[in-house]
Amino acid sequence: MGSIGVLLVAQVMPYLEQELDKRYKLFRAWDYPNAVQLPSQHATSIRAVVGNASAGADAALIEALPKLEIVSSFSVGVDKVDLEKCREKGIRVTYTPDVLTDDVADLAIGLMLALLRRICECDRYVRSGNWKHGDYKLTTKFSGKTVGIIGLGRIGQAIAKRAEAFNCPICYYSRTEKRDSKYKYYPSVVELASNCDILVVACPLTEETHHIINREVMNALGPKGYLINIGRGKHVDEAELVPALVEGRLGGAGLDVFENEPVVPQELFELENVVLLPHVGSGTLETRTAMADLVLGNLEAHFLGKPLLTPLV
Amino acid sequence: MLRLLPSLRLVVTASAGTDHIDLDECRRRGIQIAGAGNLFSEDVADLAVALLIDVVMKISAADRSLRKRRVDSRAITLVSKLTGKRVGIVGLGKIGLEVARRLEALDCNVSYNSRKQKPFVPYPFYSSVVDLASNSNVLVLCCALNDQTRHMINREVMVALGKGGVIVNVARGAVIDEKQLLRCLMEGEIGGAGLDVFENEPLLSQHFFSLDNVVLSPHAGCSTLESYVAICQLLGRNLEAFFSNNPLITPVI
Repeated sequence: MGSIGVLLVAQVMPYLEQELDKRYKLFRAWDYPNAVQLPSQHATSIRAVVGNASAGADAALIEALPKLEIVSSFSVGVDKVDLEKCREKGIRVTYTPDVLTDDVADLAIGLMLALLRRICECDRYVRSGNWKHGDYKLTTKFSGKTVGIIGLGRIGQAIAKRAEAFNCPICYYSRTEKRDSKYKYYPSVVELASNCDILVVACPLTEETHHIINREVMNALGPKGYLINIGRGKHVDEAELVPALVEGRLGGAGLDVFENEPVVPQELFELENVVLLPHVGSGTLETRTAMADLVLGNLEAHFLGKPLLTPLV
Repeated sequence: MLRLLPSLRLVVTASAGTDHIDLDECRRRGIQIAGAGNLFSEDVADLAVALLIDVVMKISAADRSLRKRRVDSRAITLVSKLTGKRVGIVGLGKIGLEVARRLEALDCNVSYNSRKQKPFVPYPFYSSVVDLASNSNVLVLCCALNDQTRHMINREVMVALGKGGVIVNVARGAVIDEKQLLRCLMEGEIGGAGLDVFENEPLLSQHFFSLDNVVLSPHAGCSTLESYVAICQLLGRNLEAFFSNNPLITPVI
């Protein structure tokens, strides 16, 4: 298989890069100033693209790779892959569901606790030596708060299960009501936001969910409401989020993702009612390794003519 | 202190712990004590879980380095999974049980050590803390501070916990030999710690401040607005009960 060309369009963990290099003829997008202008001899040998949450395969790239057969994403969100184009051209697309569900759900709970109990701020308080001069102020109890989840898929359900152990009532919004769910359904995000204390984004990024958290939702969530985003940065209208937080119209936010990663709006760095993470959602060694094995397994299955492990298209 | 107040009949404390009260002397003199009961259990349990998730997933460390614009260092550091961690709870009172319930939902494997084995509890029991530590990768301290538990978490326990091990303390600082803890953290004998309490709070060694694998909290176990309002109300109700010759709402002895 060493002659099969694979284009890696994003930096991934060393284990994955090394294995791809061992098994295939690996091209790295960052070696070429513009991947779309790959030398044509290479372009025609590339039969697979490996991407992640920050880079995938858009229409331009797909057009530039005439022999492309499969896009294997090192992520569960595939908003950076032009799925329509892939369907049109018969290109397979795989992703990494399930293996990262626990980690992302754990992180969502960790963010809620860190935000409400001001864990990061308290840690800063102790490290600065300020504790000698007095206790940190009172924070907000987490147990018993109502958690509203946007998207009740694998990750949303895993978050609900965890939050229930903290006696949190659960409610949700999704495109359609889940008839067999025991949680309370709201038919709109604004209504969900008005009726919960903590709003969590756990749905895929699509045209419909772009900026699903807008000014109206933030105002509905309110000065005692908290937003947790473990989805995609573009779920949230960041230009509205910053003033909402600064002005106190929104109580606080725990963010693992941003609209233009790795850029984080400067104003957020001054705030104590936010927790900011550099897209670590699935960043445990065990999970990233399992994700890498899925990418490798899917590619191998494809080139051996076997059924794909986790196909999306 | 008690000797200075010969007419004292009632001590009301706003804390869950009673290590700051001479219980024997109170018993001897028939002085009643009212405490916080189980009021704080949820908040303290929440904090224990918050500290554990933070240490394991490096939340505070990542927030800190992101704010300092140093993203790269975090981007390449993979942390370890919380799911499947073997958590040993030291002290399975109300707080310990609330911690256990939360950690079960996070798919951790819970076991415990206590003075005595508890009937009707589904978690494996270890009669010694060293045994518990040998079979765990996390220890969460939820026990009272007394003569048996003072410096109970010593070097032997920490080494038994192992190099990737994490200790979370929401009990009392003196349950841990703090000098040894710092040494073990700096030498890599244990993996990390989430600490809400310290032996000489609010003072603690500066060496803690340079560690990225600890999360430090200023004894905030029950410092939420909700708990504050609730304890004020409970204190009032206990005083009312006492002065109308009714049983205390939350008696300690």
